[in-house]
Amino acid sequence: MTTPPSLLVEGLAFAYPDGHQALYGVDLRIERGERVALLGPNGAGKTTLALHLNGIHTAGRGRVAVGGLAVEKANLREIRRRVGIVFQDPDDQLFMPTVGEDVAFGPANFGVSGPALRERVDNALATVGMAEHRDRSPLHLSGGQRRRVALATVLACEPEILVLDEPSSNLDPVARRELADVLLGLGTTILMVTHDLPYAVALCPRSVVIDDGVVVADGPTRDLLADPDLLRRHRLELPYGFTLTQTGAYSSGGAG
Amino acid sequence: MGAGHSHPLYLAGSSPVHRLPSEVKIVAAFLGVVCVVATPREAFGVFAGYLVLLGAIWAIARIPPGWILRRSLIEAPFVVLAVLLPFTGGEPRLDWLGLSLSEPGLLGAWNILIKGTLGVLTSLTLAATTPLRDLLIGMQRLHAPALVITIATLMLRYIDVIAGEARRMRLARISRGHDPRFLWQVGATARGVGSLFVRSYERGERVHLAMLSRGWAGEMPRLNEDVTTARHWRLGLAPAGVALALAVTGWILT
Repeated sequence: MTTPPSLLVEGLAFAYPDGHQALYGVDLRIERGERVALLGPNGAGKTTLALHLNGIHTAGRGRVAVGGLAVEKANLREIRRRVGIVFQDPDDQLFMPTVGEDVAFGPANFGVSGPALRERVDNALATVGMAEHRDRSPLHLSGGQRRRVALATVLACEPEILVLDEPSSNLDPVARRELADVLLGLGTTILMVTHDLPYAVALCPRSVVIDDGVVVADGPTRDLLADPDLLRRHRLELPYGFTLTQTGAYSSGGAG
Repeated sequence: MGAGHSHPLYLAGSSPVHRLPSEVKIVAAFLGVVCVVATPREAFGVFAGYLVLLGAIWAIARIPPGWILRRSLIEAPFVVLAVLLPFTGGEPRLDWLGLSLSEPGLLGAWNILIKGTLGVLTSLTLAATTPLRDLLIGMQRLHAPALVITIATLMLRYIDVIAGEARRMRLARISRGHDPRFLWQVGATARGVGSLFVRSYERGERVHLAMLSRGWAGEMPRLNEDVTTARHWRLGLAPAGVALALAVTGWILT
C-alpha cells in the first residue's frame, strides 16, 4: 500500500463572488515530508490557493485532497486539523490573552483536553523555543517570537501539512534564521508561500511558480531561480547582489 | 491564568480573595450591590456597616484603602447631579449656613451618593482581585452568552493592536505636516477614524479566518480545568450573607 500524498490539487479553478477569476486550473502534488516554496508575483493567486487547502474557499472546479482525504464540507473539521495555516500577520493569528491559551486553542477545538492538551502545548512551545513565555501576552513579544508562537499554535494541532504565508516578512535577519532553523528541524510537509527567494532556496528543495492563476513552473528551487528569463516573465527577482548557479552554492558576491 | 495581562484596576496578589474562583466573586459582588440598593436610605448605620464589610475584605485582600479610593474618583462626574438635588428639590426646606436646602433633595442626594459609592467600591474590589481574563472565564461559567464572551475576549486582546494602528496612522499624518489643532484640518482626523474602522474590520475578518483554520466552530473551548467547590461558594458568599443581614436590619429599623 502506498501512502497518499500530503497534498493533491487537481484542476482547481476558483472565482470570487464578484466575478474575479483567481485560479484557472491548478495542479499540484506534494509528497509527505517535502518542503515546497510557492512563488509568484502579487495577485498571482497564491493566498487564494492556500485558503482552498483547508476549505475556507471551496473549489469552483477541480478537487483538493489532504493525506488522501478530500476537502469537502463533511470532512472540514479533520481537514482543518490536517492543514495548519500560519498566517502572515501573527496578530491575526494570536488572539488569546496568553501564549499558552493560544497554543491550546487549536487542539482544544479538535477535542484534545486534560493532560494530553497540556502535553501538546508544552511540546509545541518547546519545538519553537518559546516554552518559558507560556503565560505572557502575545502583545509583549517581539516580532520573531510572535511568529514562532503562531507556528506553535498550528504545530499543536499536529498537522499533515504546514502552510506558511510569507513566514519571513517583517523579521530581522536573526529572527529569520531562527525561524528557518525551527522549520528545518520539523520534518513536516511544508508549503511556503513567499516572495523571499533566498529564503525559498535555503528552506525548500522544490519550488512551484504560480502566475495568473496557473502553475507556470515546478522544479528544483535552485534551477528555477537560476533561470533569469523565467524570473523576469513572472515578476520575480533575486535581491541585489545575489546570483544563483544551477549547481554551485548561492553567493552574495556583489552585495558584500 | 492571565498573568502578563494586567489592567490598571488590578492589584496583583495571592490573598484568599484573589484565589477565589472568579464566578463566585462576580455573584457575591452582584448580590452585595443588590443589598445596598435595596437598603432604605434613612438607615444610616447600615451603610456604615457596608463600609466596614468592604474594609474587612480589603484587609484580607491586602488592598490599601487609599489605592481603592484614588480609583473611585471615577465616580466624580456622577456626583454632580447629586449635589444639585438639595437646591432644586421640593418642600420642606431647611436653612444651613444661610443656604435654603430641600430636605427630600438632601435625602435624595445622600441616596445617590452612598449607594453609588458603595457600588463603585464593590466593583473596584472585584476588579482589584480578579484579572480581566478570569472575569471572562467567570462569566462564561455563569453561562453568559458565548457570543458576548467571545466579543469581550477579542476586544481585550485587540484593543492595544487597534490603538497601535491608530498611533501609527496619526504619526503618518503628522509626518506629512498635519496639525489637527487647526480647525480646518479636523476633517483629516475624521477620515482617519473612518479608515481605522475599515482596517479594524478587515483585521476582524482575518482573525476570523485564522480562528476557522484552527477548527473554531463558534464556541470557545474550555481551557481551564480548575473546579469550583462548595467550599469556595460558602467562603465567597459569606460577605454577601453579611450584606443581606445588614439590608434586612435596615428594613426592620426604618
